[in-house]
Amino acid sequence: MNARHLNTVWVVLLLATLATFAIGEAGDLLGITGPVAMLLLLSISIIKGRLVVLDFMGLRGVKFFWRSLLIGWLLLVSALIAVAYWIALK
Amino acid sequence: MDLAPTSAPAHGPASAPPGDLAIWFFILAELLAFGVFFAAYAFARARNVALFDSMQLTLDRQAGALNTVLLISGSACVARAVEAVGRARSATGARWLLAGIACGGGFLVVKGFEYADKFGAGINLSTNTFYMFYLSLTFFHFMHVILGMVILVALWFKTRQGAYGPADMNGIESGAAYWHMVDLVWIVLFPLVYVMR
Repeated sequence: MNARHLNTVWVVLLLATLATFAIGEAGDLLGITGPVAMLLLLSISIIKGRLVVLDFMGLRGVKFFWRSLLIGWLLLVSALIAVAYWIALK
Repeated sequence: MDLAPTSAPAHGPASAPPGDLAIWFFILAELLAFGVFFAAYAFARARNVALFDSMQLTLDRQAGALNTVLLISGSACVARAVEAVGRARSATGARWLLAGIACGGGFLVVKGFEYADKFGAGINLSTNTFYMFYLSLTFFHFMHVILGMVILVALWFKTRQGAYGPADMNGIESGAAYWHMVDLVWIVLFPLVYVMR
């Protein structure tokens, strides 16, 4: 992984963090609340986590098995959080 | 003379992740523990939505966001360190590791202020279900940041001595993978505990 690519990933992660923070601070003003906010927050987390796994941990060029374990963890945890959120709505 | 290639093709996916295989089993075990903790938090919230949503407003979201920036930046610094050592630039790698350690230290200071604020307000594990989860979950993560920093300091010492290089990346890649795991966990923790409602 070259330095320029790592810098780009870092900037994308910072912008994604800003988006998460903005949903928390101004979700009401932006009309991003409830399940929409939840899905958006989880999507941002999955994008960020995937970048950390592939580019920082260096699993991009590694066999699918290893990538699937870590990204699978991210997807499974996100799915459980979404299910719990959905149960709370009922 | 036989010029036929005898080795495996140079391209194609690597069979094992960077670093020692043992660290990856350790990372997977840690992720499993955090995963159970996150699910437990989410399902506990489902039973106490009003309590969790009102208590979340008492958290310092700015501190949580600042800590996300610190961990992401710390992770980026350590990735740059590995990249530099891979090009035989040990001195540069050591400087990036030091920057990563500084980011981790910043995280601990910010979290320390958050804890001091909550403990000062008389909040503890038995205050309510939300704070039981908040304190235990974030403290469990806090301990991992400390362990990650101990690993980074050890890597910094060895990198300064030129112990790693393009031919010997195992140690630094293993330590770096652990540090990125600490970042990965916080990337889920921050929105879940500080923002989602």
